[in-house]
Amino acid sequence: MRNTLLKLLTPLFAVASALIVSALFIMATGRHPLDIYLKMFSMTFGSDYGTGQIVFRTTSLILTGLAVAIPFKVKLFNIGGEGQVLAGAFAAATAGFLLPSQTPPLVAITICTLTAMMAGSAVALFAGWLKVRFSVNEVISTIMLNFIVQAFVGYMLTWHFAVPSTVHTPEIIQSAQLPMFDSVIGIWHKSPANFSTLFALASCLGVWLMMFKTTAGYEMRAVGLQPEAAEYGGINANRHILIAMATGGAMAGLASTNLVLGYKHFYEAGLTSGIGFTGIAVALLAFANPLWIIASALLFGFLDYGGLTVNAYIPKDIFMVVQAITILMVLILTKKSR
Amino acid sequence: MNDVVISLSSISRSFGEFYANRDISLDIRSGSIHAIVGENGAGKSTLTKIIYGLLAPSSGSLSIKGNAVRFTSPRQAIEAGIGMVHQHFMLIENLTVTENIMLGDEGGSFFAPLKTKEAAGKIVSIAQAHGLQVDPDSLVSDLSVGEEQRVEILKLLYRDADILILDEPTAVLTPSETSQLFATLSSLRDEGKTVILITHKLGEVLDVSDMVSVMSKGTIVATKPTAAVTKPDLARLMVGRNVLLRVENPPDRPGEIIVKVSDLNFVDRKGRKRLTALSFEVRAGEIYGIAGVEGNGQSELLSILWGMTEPGSRIDGSITVNGLSLTKMNTKEIAAIGISHIPENRLRHAVIKEFSVSENILFGRHREHTFSRFAGFNTKSVHDYTKMIIDRYDIRYDMQSNPPLSALSGGNQQKIVLGREMERPGLKLLILAQPTRGVDIGAIEMIHKKIIQARDKNIAILLISSELDELISLSSRIGCIYKGSLRHEFSAAEILKGRSSEQDLEKEIGMFIT
Repeated sequence: MRNTLLKLLTPLFAVASALIVSALFIMATGRHPLDIYLKMFSMTFGSDYGTGQIVFRTTSLILTGLAVAIPFKVKLFNIGGEGQVLAGAFAAATAGFLLPSQTPPLVAITICTLTAMMAGSAVALFAGWLKVRFSVNEVISTIMLNFIVQAFVGYMLTWHFAVPSTVHTPEIIQSAQLPMFDSVIGIWHKSPANFSTLFALASCLGVWLMMFKTTAGYEMRAVGLQPEAAEYGGINANRHILIAMATGGAMAGLASTNLVLGYKHFYEAGLTSGIGFTGIAVALLAFANPLWIIASALLFGFLDYGGLTVNAYIPKDIFMVVQAITILMVLILTKKSR
Repeated sequence: MNDVVISLSSISRSFGEFYANRDISLDIRSGSIHAIVGENGAGKSTLTKIIYGLLAPSSGSLSIKGNAVRFTSPRQAIEAGIGMVHQHFMLIENLTVTENIMLGDEGGSFFAPLKTKEAAGKIVSIAQAHGLQVDPDSLVSDLSVGEEQRVEILKLLYRDADILILDEPTAVLTPSETSQLFATLSSLRDEGKTVILITHKLGEVLDVSDMVSVMSKGTIVATKPTAAVTKPDLARLMVGRNVLLRVENPPDRPGEIIVKVSDLNFVDRKGRKRLTALSFEVRAGEIYGIAGVEGNGQSELLSILWGMTEPGSRIDGSITVNGLSLTKMNTKEIAAIGISHIPENRLRHAVIKEFSVSENILFGRHREHTFSRFAGFNTKSVHDYTKMIIDRYDIRYDMQSNPPLSALSGGNQQKIVLGREMERPGLKLLILAQPTRGVDIGAIEMIHKKIIQARDKNIAILLISSELDELISLSSRIGCIYKGSLRHEFSAAEILKGRSSEQDLEKEIGMFIT
């Protein structure tokens, strides 16, 4: 009981202390922190458009957070969300413009989404295979794969797929585009928030169910907690390593649908930069719990967009400092409570 | 001669709200062997850590040789003449015996040459005086466990320690090494040194100590001259009730052959021969004991029986259960034909300590249809089954809070493993490796009873244990393993006869395993 409370308080305390530290930075720029915070709040959760922006950013972060959280359950640190989401984005965009334009929406969206998930999954699975077959440390292999995917996508874009004199692919067919919340139910006017948010929420629930309610999840947790005991229990640890990496990669791939199918409708250079890495922070703050990730992603989505809104007064980098301090505080506090 | 060398008065040590030691007052006389016995978690280790300066007491005072002291680190304790041999040795494998002994007490300035020759000479003379034979120039990695322990003791004597604390020193020793150690301890005592012996083996206490203190739940419940107590007395003081030290073992009725190991050879990944021409049989309804010093092939035999051999190792010969060959099966398949295994290292291999009790009761049996529902578990059947095991195996914990397994005592954890493995449907063979290691006396009694009950249900049982008294009291037959093969097998008649003069039988077994 006491432990759960402590665990709940840790993130809140971390955020609070990060805000206090950043208040000092804001004061150093000659502004009043409270003014800035109020302004930021009114332009984010305080406005319809701002809320939509946060929802949009949160959606990507939930999924890249899951991409880290799932392998984390088998004690693997997937640093490759960045490359996996990039592979997904490029795959979704390519599938989206190659499909014949009369494809019905349901089919087109399904194909593009699955392509994105498979692309992300394949990249992560390769790192998992290296781990199982050659005991290659997954931190190193996923980082290396980030570079490889970046170079590959860059090459494919500039040499083969980019619309001449631009850095983006052709627009995907109409029917592959995910509907905006604005155009369907009229909320979050003009913001990029789209229906992939539902994918993200469903994924959290699905991953939670799989982890804590199925036999597969039971085995997977056992492998993560005590791999040697799992072997004695007749559990094939390698299989779970592969499954966890593949599912994680698929989640990163799915994150790209928010950007490609829901928002830009094409892939452009740099579209996904950063969200894979922020996903690591999201997962850490939520202790890799698939449901808490929603709250954690919301915080990072808020800081991300909130920084932009007050960029005219203070450098938005201050909010990157907030994010970093939050994570450091979580790490310090969890070490201490042990 | 008999003045007090260590005096503890009202020492308490708490961790949060839990008292590991509470109001302990104890005088230890100079030139005596003072045994401290107690169950796991009784507070023995905490007490020794306080004496050795690894833990500071929350309250109370400690005086050594009449001077009040307040240690903040072991270094101060060492300077006061206290030395400790930990249960897990603190030696550096790649250094020689001499280098290990000198470590931390090299003398001279930082860049001065090491005076190894001189030190080696001193070591040899100390060793000869106390029967601690060991070659000062050999690498620690080449030594046997018994020799390593001698190095640890030499290390203390080299530093002129006159108070020696030994934590469970016999846990890793063979019977002959144990009696050699006791001879050494007695000679040290006769020289005026003080020995504090931490143990849970009551027989050893009676054999070697002058005084004995019994600890229970963080307090000392009695301190008596050893001559005035008996084994049952000590057990009663430790547990707080009368304990049956020897399980009732009615005659068995062995049936058909279940396990047949014939001419089994095993070469590990690095090409070392671990098992050579090993052959034995286990029948239904009998307990076959395997006696041996650790590292003589027991772990390898277990890994083959449980389908866990490393890739790159080689198995020749055959090992069958009910006619089915195990050598090509994996763990899952082996469990499915009705074999249970209680591994030696419980926390590492048998349980997941972060999991709840019911999740642990499922562990390794989670594929059984009774427990499953769609892709998940059938909450009701899991709950009912957990309750059944808890009742039948008398597992005690705070059920309301549904704690992780780590919150349970070692004995209760082992009972969970036992219940899970013994209740496996269609159980034909039960493999037990050190089933009572790290378990309280009270729980040992119950575990032994359950083992006999399982045998009487016509289950074949293979018992691997380093506790000879456990083997003798439970086994129908005993095979003695040495360097990967069975050197001798004691028949049922020999064991039955030997139980009346257990010491002799233990000695006889001891000869075949060293």
